[in-house]
Amino acid sequence: MTAIETMTPATTAANGKYAIELRDAHIYYGSFRAVKNVNLQVQRQKITAFIGPSGCGKSTVLRSINRMNDLIPGARLEGEILFHGKNVYGADVDPVEVRRRIGMVFQKPNPFPKSIYDNIMFGPRINGWRGSKAEADELVERALRGAAIWDEVKDKLKQPGTALSGGQQQRLCIARALAVQPEVILMDEPCSALDPISTLKIEELMMELRRDYTIIIVTHNMQQAGRVSDLTAFFLMDSDRAGQLVEYGPTDQIFTSPTDKRTEDYISGRFG
Amino acid sequence: MSAESGQPAGRSIGYLPEGNAISKNIAGRRIRGAVWRILFLSSLIIGIVALATLLYTIVDDAFGYIVVQTKVDPDTLADRPLAELSKEELTEILRANISSGLFRRFDRDEPFSERSKESVLALVEERVVGREVVAVYKLTESLLDRERIEAETREKYPRAELEFHSWINREFLSRPMSSIPILAGVGNAILGSLWVIVITMLLAVPVGVFGAIYLEEYASDNWYYRLVETNINNLAGVPSIIYGILGLAIFVRALEPFTSGAMFGVTDSNGRTIISAGFTMALLILPLIIINAREAIRAVPQSLRQASYGLGATRWQTISNHVLPNALPGILTGTILGMSRAIGETAPLIVIGASTFIVFSPDSIFDKFTVIPIQIYNWTSQPGAQFRSIAAAAIIVLLTTLLTLNATAILLRNRFQRSY
Repeated sequence: MTAIETMTPATTAANGKYAIELRDAHIYYGSFRAVKNVNLQVQRQKITAFIGPSGCGKSTVLRSINRMNDLIPGARLEGEILFHGKNVYGADVDPVEVRRRIGMVFQKPNPFPKSIYDNIMFGPRINGWRGSKAEADELVERALRGAAIWDEVKDKLKQPGTALSGGQQQRLCIARALAVQPEVILMDEPCSALDPISTLKIEELMMELRRDYTIIIVTHNMQQAGRVSDLTAFFLMDSDRAGQLVEYGPTDQIFTSPTDKRTEDYISGRFG
Repeated sequence: MSAESGQPAGRSIGYLPEGNAISKNIAGRRIRGAVWRILFLSSLIIGIVALATLLYTIVDDAFGYIVVQTKVDPDTLADRPLAELSKEELTEILRANISSGLFRRFDRDEPFSERSKESVLALVEERVVGREVVAVYKLTESLLDRERIEAETREKYPRAELEFHSWINREFLSRPMSSIPILAGVGNAILGSLWVIVITMLLAVPVGVFGAIYLEEYASDNWYYRLVETNINNLAGVPSIIYGILGLAIFVRALEPFTSGAMFGVTDSNGRTIISAGFTMALLILPLIIINAREAIRAVPQSLRQASYGLGATRWQTISNHVLPNALPGILTGTILGMSRAIGETAPLIVIGASTFIVFSPDSIFDKFTVIPIQIYNWTSQPGAQFRSIAAAAIIVLLTTLLTLNATAILLRNRFQRSY
């Protein structure tokens, strides 16, 4: 097993400015092709939004980046997804390492039925973290601060994470992902189960996180994509029911002067 | 939306009750609802009545007046109560009052010099005093019809004493089997049941839970795993006597060197031992435990597994940290069900040859054994009111054991219960 090289100036240069690169990716569920021929480069320390109508494969693409799709029986990928210049679907790459380096936040907040403290420490602990109690406390605080939830929970770290409100739970999940220090964070419609105020907090948080992390967000909410993302990828289901990437570019350009007619129709609310 | 259906007073299609018809229609619907409600309630009442009748019959048999008659008045044997006499005095009383042949036989079985005082006292009570229960009354008549019972006793057994007897008592719980009902107990049957259940659980719980984990978390959706699943579900419905036959063939016969303990240097034993019974019972409840554990594992939300995998957990880390802790209450429920079934099961043990009459307590897994349900079965098949009474007392013991074990398991389950 050769580990994916950690980010050093040399590898960064070799890998260009892309955090993730999809090359000719086709994703199948059994014999059904859910996504076809996606070529996409995700830039470092930017927020990339995947938009498109339901069933267009944007979540499928997102979940294939950290190999979460492996958990679905019959799911497989053809083509390559490069992370640090290395195919994450390569025979010598362990999906466990991919998921450790590319974190994920899910649509529905899913804290573990454990204390807030244990929720944060679970990731480090299973990944072989060693340190004193004081260091663990520091790690928990840093992760919770990173997710802008420290002030709200600092006095109840021993209480169950499931007792928090939906928005707090989602930020706890983000904090939990930050605790293992990933390089990329995938967010699968992170605000779809939240109220507008919680959504706003998550969006502000994403802007903060952009300084240190590469973020890919799938969203149904086009205003959200417009507000937070630097780049936008528009997916659409093809006539053969396979999702494909229609257009990808800076968010301003996608929203104001899309080159593809279908993108324009979707952005202007004519369908979807 | 078409323009037509947007109009509130549009032409109605079909019939929808309006005005007075609305309340009439609602009344009709409520009546239909009430009929169903009564039906549901009556089912519940039938269940409660059945349960109450069952408990009443058992309790009715387990307590009540007995008429006791002795062959010899114990006061005439010695100047002090028998219990205060020494072993030697008791031995002399015994020698003087029974035939010398019988005395020699007792001495041959176990020399009097080696017997305990209690054992000699028991022989004196049994052979000399000869306390004998000549009539038994049920609880209801004992309470409601005392005068009649007293009159009947004076008339039929002038020498006898009438006393209120609880067939379930300390001696009953500790004494071994006896052919005389008043002296019989379930002591070794309780021990036998506990031994068997411990062996059963030690084998069935790990095997069942581990199997369920494999099927749920590791096995892919292949035809051969589906075949295994179907078979497990069918095995849960196989009559228990079939498992008895299986146990007889495999554990008692084929594996006799192991189950009799011959491999471990135990002599004078055959395969009809506690360990054979425990293994047979484990086979019997294995499908039950697997099915319930699988349900419990499946009920753990997929989102928890995803959260765990998403942080870089391996499959085993996910299972041990999230799946098992959250499935534990459900797994315990299955274990409770399995244990209850194994405690009450009789048929397979009869097939593998549990003893119905043993007077010693088992003290190793390679011993012969009897269990409470077999004692109940044995006593209910004997003629006579006294056997009916000790059977009722044994049923109370069995039910209490069962309820205690269940309550323990439920308490354990509640302690582990979590919310997602």
